[in-house]
Amino acid sequence: MLRIACPWCGARDETEFGYGGEAHVALPADAAQLSDAAWAEYLFMRSNPKGRHRERWVHTHGCRRWFNVVRDTTTERIFAVYLAGSPPAQLPDEPA
Amino acid sequence: MSQPKRTDAGGRIDRLRVLRFQFDGRRYQGYCGDTLASALLANDVHLTARSFKYHRPRGILALGAEEPNALVQLEQGAYTEPNVRATQIELYDGLIAHSQNRWPALGFDLGALNDTFSPLLPAGFYYKTFMWPASMWLRYEKAIRRMAGLGRAPCLPDPDRYDRMHAHCDVLVVGAGPAGLSAALSAARSGARVILADEQTEAGGQLLWERYDIDGHPAMAWVASVMAELAAAPEVRILARTLVSGYYDHNFVVACQRFDSPRSSAHAPRQRLWKIRAREVVLATGAVERALVFPDNDRPGIMLAGAVRGYLNRFGVTAGSRVVIATVGDDGYRTALDLASAGVAIAAVLDLRVRAAGFLPQQARARGIEVLTGQRIVATGGRMRVSAVRVQPFAGGTIREIACDLVAMSGGWIPTVHLFSQARGRLRFDARAGAFVPGEAMQPVRCAGSVQAAWLLHEALAQGFAAGGAAAQACGLEPARALELPQVSEPEATAADVALAHRGERASRRKQFVDFQADVTLADVGLAAREGYDAIEHLKRYTTAGMGVDQGKMGNANVVALLADARGEAAGTIGMSTFRPPYQPVSFSAIAGMDAGELFDPVRRTPMHEWHRRHGAVFEDAGQWKRACYYPRAGETLHASVQRECLAVRRGVGMLDASTLGKIDIQGPDAAEFLERIYCNPVRSLAPGRCRYGLMLKQDGMVFDDGVIARLAETHFLLTTTTGGAARVAAWLEEWLQTEWPMLKTYCTPVTEQYAQVAVSGPHSVELLAPLCSVDIRAMPFMSVRTGYVAGIGARIFRLSFAGGLGYEIAVPADRGYELWTTLMGAGERFDIAPYGTEAMHVLRAEKGFIIVGQETDGTVSPIDLGLDRLVRSDKFFIGQRSLARPDARRADRRQLVGLLTENPHEVLAEGTQLVAAPCTLARVAAEPVPMLGYVTSSYFSPSCGRSIALALVEAGVARIGQTLHAPLATRCVKVTLTAPRFVGDSDEVLHG
Repeated sequence: MLRIACPWCGARDETEFGYGGEAHVALPADAAQLSDAAWAEYLFMRSNPKGRHRERWVHTHGCRRWFNVVRDTTTERIFAVYLAGSPPAQLPDEPA
Repeated sequence: MSQPKRTDAGGRIDRLRVLRFQFDGRRYQGYCGDTLASALLANDVHLTARSFKYHRPRGILALGAEEPNALVQLEQGAYTEPNVRATQIELYDGLIAHSQNRWPALGFDLGALNDTFSPLLPAGFYYKTFMWPASMWLRYEKAIRRMAGLGRAPCLPDPDRYDRMHAHCDVLVVGAGPAGLSAALSAARSGARVILADEQTEAGGQLLWERYDIDGHPAMAWVASVMAELAAAPEVRILARTLVSGYYDHNFVVACQRFDSPRSSAHAPRQRLWKIRAREVVLATGAVERALVFPDNDRPGIMLAGAVRGYLNRFGVTAGSRVVIATVGDDGYRTALDLASAGVAIAAVLDLRVRAAGFLPQQARARGIEVLTGQRIVATGGRMRVSAVRVQPFAGGTIREIACDLVAMSGGWIPTVHLFSQARGRLRFDARAGAFVPGEAMQPVRCAGSVQAAWLLHEALAQGFAAGGAAAQACGLEPARALELPQVSEPEATAADVALAHRGERASRRKQFVDFQADVTLADVGLAAREGYDAIEHLKRYTTAGMGVDQGKMGNANVVALLADARGEAAGTIGMSTFRPPYQPVSFSAIAGMDAGELFDPVRRTPMHEWHRRHGAVFEDAGQWKRACYYPRAGETLHASVQRECLAVRRGVGMLDASTLGKIDIQGPDAAEFLERIYCNPVRSLAPGRCRYGLMLKQDGMVFDDGVIARLAETHFLLTTTTGGAARVAAWLEEWLQTEWPMLKTYCTPVTEQYAQVAVSGPHSVELLAPLCSVDIRAMPFMSVRTGYVAGIGARIFRLSFAGGLGYEIAVPADRGYELWTTLMGAGERFDIAPYGTEAMHVLRAEKGFIIVGQETDGTVSPIDLGLDRLVRSDKFFIGQRSLARPDARRADRRQLVGLLTENPHEVLAEGTQLVAAPCTLARVAAEPVPMLGYVTSSYFSPSCGRSIALALVEAGVARIGQTLHAPLATRCVKVTLTAPRFVGDSDEVLHG
């Protein structure tokens, strides 16, 4: 069971949180203009990496706030937690 | 004579406290401090079990968790527990245990025929034999399971209490042997918050039975002084009798603590589950001894040498009177020397190594013990107890028979790496130890002592001190000063040759067991490898090696080594099967803890619940809510009650407790804009004081939830949701507000529990309510809301009805709900008012063709499919819009909502019944499948129509209206006619039928 540092409440057990899939997949502003294929791409396709993943979590049984997490999908290590709406977190060892 | 195998003195038992117990109906005595295994051995009972597959007689083999043979059924009736290792059961007065997997008795077991016919039962036998014809497997399986079963699960509810604790610490130390104790001590002296968990009743680990001196005193004196210091430290928690069984992500560790005998107190828990979150973990989990592979190596009386020594030194029990010791290292000599000191005759020490020149072998020889080097056991004798071994030099030569009643075998040691591996740590093969040891760690965890193959006591102590100190430092604490390693004197050991342990006799036709619990032999491993199952994970599943309840704690090491031999590869190159939690079985009761029975799930009751109960309501579960389903009068059936309740609503007036409907209060300058994007219907155009039915879609265009949108003011809305969807919808709104549209100034507040809500439905509802209301409800248009007073209670009055026809819903603060309900019921007496439940509500709404989300929809149904496309605005953005704009969303062959009328008006189809084009029965369909065109989603007998009605989702359903389809049942077929999904019109006239 993961331990996740909610940016508002502090570190809590995973059971308090809900998972929201990959982060930074923005709703297209021009959805009506998109082709069916492009719309399906937005709706269904995700990067699903082995390694670091920027993803959304919500503190369901706490403050009910959404936020983003950088988690390694192989080691479960969490590298960073940052607010929803902020740009993807850059880690010190990653190229900008 | 009582306890014939007990020594006159010694051991960590209290000889003044005699405990009586029963095994297989016979009465015995033991002492306080015994385990069931040590007490049985004290009474010279070795035969304790029959093996899993061949039903061979088996005895106690080991000292602790690794015991593969002596599994017993502990206690009886509701208290019974199957498959408990006798080696881990703390003896208590009155204990009752039975052997397992034998019939009629342990000494005479008919299942042992399996052993006689075993040449017919090779590895993979079941797969090869019982798979054809496939239909017969269900029958074979029952018989096989009866033959191959272990213990029996209890049939009665567990009467004991089980507890749960959540704990946090800086450093968790697992194991209180020399390494664990020194780790806990150095961490504690650094000021760390420490938890020390150990499965035994007292700390010490191997020091409980090995004869070492520490700082010039017996080792247990050192243990006592360390425990005293730890007990006095304010931030140290010592958990005895606590077995750590699971190591999960982010240093989350689960342990199960046992308490006294099951019946010691009615109030104390029997077990407590600890959920521990540790910043750092030190694993000092020790090692278990490896068995030797030789023909008939499983007879009762053949034990691990370390266990024999343990029973002698810890419990004062001599497991035999004439002993043969077979060993691949110096460890076997310890057993020989300790037994000899206790006056037990040593027939011989068989050292499989060619040379035995270390300190311990010299000691043994000096005591006059015969040492045979370069020899191995080629056969054993004795049926219920070993009586002799035959030995022969590896080089060949004379076979010599040695009479004995105990064989102590030592094949080296296997580090207990299970928890490290569960923590995703990589294992590394240590060629010197001939075993897998912890390699790279993936979590903040350190290992110390024999789990690292550090066999010597001074190494274990040093590693423990280092690991405990490093763990504390990793938590940001200063390393402890004044830490001195205790001084140990121990003989230099010569290297063990563990490759000899699994060698076995390739030529022998006798069974040579590798995994004792799963009854897997050397020949089975060879066969599996020859048949191509030569990857470790395949071999495991093919032979079942390592798949017993012990998960091969003792056997796996030899299995892996044998497989490497069979593949002609070096040991350690073929890896190890994955260790998964739990390390040892944990009872369901301990996992469930207090979350059982009434406390399993919270129950939500409406403010009017007590009235419903007193008026005979039958309740149904709607999520966690208890909802009144119907209110039967004396002698009334469900059907009669529902028919009466429906007619009351259609002809007079009825009242429904609608408090469970989800309610969400939306406020803010951008509330209308926000809801405009959430609902597929127009919201901005809704005038204050008006209501609208609304559909929410998911991004894929499918219906997610429905309810009423009430605009209370320009910037204030109240939404209702389905009863089960309240939390889901609130979370959905928050997700969009926070992650996509944080610029919208809108606040969502779930208020479901804040209001009690009553639906008053039927033609007389207005006459009933008008005199009680402060506002003129006759002037209220359909789908409108007013704020006022009802019977003196501040209320919102909605004019709307889910039952169809004239109706109102009154919402008041929850604490006034009961008062409102009883006042309305009283005022309704002269209208012959009837309370109606959810069942009648379902019938009434189906008559009008109103859908229920989750009944008419299943996540694949769009508003177009439901015939609700008139609600969907195409000139605005809303969630789901883009998906609905795809041509596929309007395909004519999608399943669409229709009504169904059965040919026989009294036939009520079961919900879920499937529809096909031509008449047929289910039996026919099974033989010759036909396309399914749709299925029944709702089906009732409608009293208003005087016949059955149903709703269904049917492929191209709208185009088929007027046509007939067929509903195949088990032995007959029901003809149905498709209609529009509406059976009762606006003025309550019957439309179809």
